[in-house]
Amino acid sequence: MTTEPPQTILRISKLRKFFAIRNAWNRRIGWLKAVDDISLEVYRGEILGIVGESGCGKSTLGKTLMGIHKSSGGEVVFEDQPLVNLTRQESRRLSRQLQYSYQDPGASLDPRWKIRRSLHEPLVIHSGLDYQERDERVKSILDAVGLPQGHLELYPHEISGGQQRRVGLARILTLHPSLIILDEPTSGLDVSVQATILSLFLDLKKQFDLTYMFISHDLSVIRMLCDRVAVMYLGKIVELGETETIFNHPRHPYTQSLLAAIPVIGGERITDNFWLEGEPPNPSALPSGCRFRTRCPNALAICAESDPPLRSDWPHQQVACTLAE
Amino acid sequence: MTTDLLNVSDLRVSFATDTGVARVLDKVNFSIRRGEIVGLVGESGCGKTTLARAILGVLPVNSARIDGGRIQFQSENLLEMPSERLSKEVRGRTITFIPQDPFSSFNPVFTIGSQITDLMRWKSPLRNTQGLTRGSPWWSLRRYEKQRFKADRARVLELLRAVQLPDPEAILRKYPHEISGGQRQRLMIAQALLPEPQLIIADEPTTALDVTIQAQILKLLRQLAHDRDIAVLFTTHDLGTTYEICDRITVMYAGQEMESATASDFFNRPSHPYTQKLLESLPRDKERIQGIPGDIPTLISPPTGCRFHPRCDRADKTCADTRPAAKSIWTNHTVRCYHPNTDPEVHRELINQPYPDP
Repeated sequence: MTTEPPQTILRISKLRKFFAIRNAWNRRIGWLKAVDDISLEVYRGEILGIVGESGCGKSTLGKTLMGIHKSSGGEVVFEDQPLVNLTRQESRRLSRQLQYSYQDPGASLDPRWKIRRSLHEPLVIHSGLDYQERDERVKSILDAVGLPQGHLELYPHEISGGQQRRVGLARILTLHPSLIILDEPTSGLDVSVQATILSLFLDLKKQFDLTYMFISHDLSVIRMLCDRVAVMYLGKIVELGETETIFNHPRHPYTQSLLAAIPVIGGERITDNFWLEGEPPNPSALPSGCRFRTRCPNALAICAESDPPLRSDWPHQQVACTLAE
Repeated sequence: MTTDLLNVSDLRVSFATDTGVARVLDKVNFSIRRGEIVGLVGESGCGKTTLARAILGVLPVNSARIDGGRIQFQSENLLEMPSERLSKEVRGRTITFIPQDPFSSFNPVFTIGSQITDLMRWKSPLRNTQGLTRGSPWWSLRRYEKQRFKADRARVLELLRAVQLPDPEAILRKYPHEISGGQRQRLMIAQALLPEPQLIIADEPTTALDVTIQAQILKLLRQLAHDRDIAVLFTTHDLGTTYEICDRITVMYAGQEMESATASDFFNRPSHPYTQKLLESLPRDKERIQGIPGDIPTLISPPTGCRFHPRCDRADKTCADTRPAAKSIWTNHTVRCYHPNTDPEVHRELINQPYPDP
């Protein structure tokens, strides 16, 4: 960690994204709270991990930040500019700085376009460069992500999954963003390919001064890569803090169970002593009070009364649990 | 060995593709003993699913061809067994299957109960197959005696309780979309256990699930298989899950098996260069993360000799010429490599410090 105070690049306060649940007559019968009152700061130059199981709202959070989903409330400030309710021009200007890397880059590349055209596209939209200049920029970026020039002439289906991810990254990097939201960037890759992609992320971060928001369900990747982690459960952050602190002293029972569920080669077997039971409740019918109480082994009557806020009673760690100590 | 439940030897399978013949399995040797959980580990495209499907006899008819080898199950070669007998006595009876994707494995228009009843009608251990042949009248095939139905249903409910599904009778009345992925995978396990098989083939049963659900399912599967003395072939790409559940582990790469050992030996002394590279690529340390250089070879024109040699830093000329024979380096630990790395320092580096815990 650096000694100077960290500079905030993105500040999220009380961000909400609710999806309406409608019945057959299109009448609203409830809300699905995908992102519920999330407050978070991302510091310049760090890697912030967002971790949680499927359906916990981590991708919705990323997409709401990007403006792909319209937020239902709350504020987002990016580089000292509010990100909510922008006009099209403003949001286009800002979106050069803030980029989103999709979960499946293979599906986000046009199958009928050669890689060259896909890489040119963002520059055509966002910059006034002519073809020669664009091509130069594209080639230098391609070099940075470790792809040969020859790949410019290929179609997406002709390259492997790992290479498609590199193209997806190159496409984002051509605009020189300052913050990239990486949504499950290594899911579906083999470990050996995953390792090369992860080291590529680290190299690029150094080279281009990037900040990452790293959304993943894979705790071992998060642990290795991230400086800080936010653990999400059903639309809420339940624990937030520095990676080492959280992984060594998880205080929220959900984080504890997540950590207990990762197989560690050479460690204790989870199949001998895994204790969490049940499955996450239906997100459209949340339990009262703390959302984790239906599965929590320590739950008391008090947990059903109110939803515990994030408490920062510990150094480098905030926990949303009434009973945590 | 005589105690082997399943013994695959020199199995070769090829697929016809648009660009040529892909040799997906290249003389694979592999065995499972009675009541043992064997992990088959490899990256995507290494042939682990093809091997699983070859054992079940469900390779795609139009494109796949078995070029040679044997699949010895109990005392018979499955490759020579008449298909009628295979489907009546083996597939779905003594060998059952747990698929990777619990979401697309149920028919969405029937209730779970009716799908399980259907399974029990044909594959229940109580079913008397002796008198039934292709010549029997159709009503004898359709008949589902009331007594057997009752017994079968009791068994189904008992098993649903064994896989820890809450309120089994209500679940039987539900449609597949009404239950969660974890519950569907539990149902799949229950279905695989119903015919009282000797061997369950589980093809990446936990990849589609979240970590906490994966931990529950692994725990359940391990416990049920050991309690009932059922052998499991567990294919996966994740070395971590094999550590959790397996008694023995075989590593495959590009259609060839590379290393095979008991789980404890495997994780104490991983010796094949490929296994070591695989362990190195697990995310552990920011400073020394590295993948395996190069790409997975195409199976249409695979490298000669050991298929890993172009990416291996210990390879020499002999590796490119002929494929190494299985070499037993310790008891119950074989590698197919001319230059296994048996340095205890390296092993300690790879295994004993997986996470730099204080």
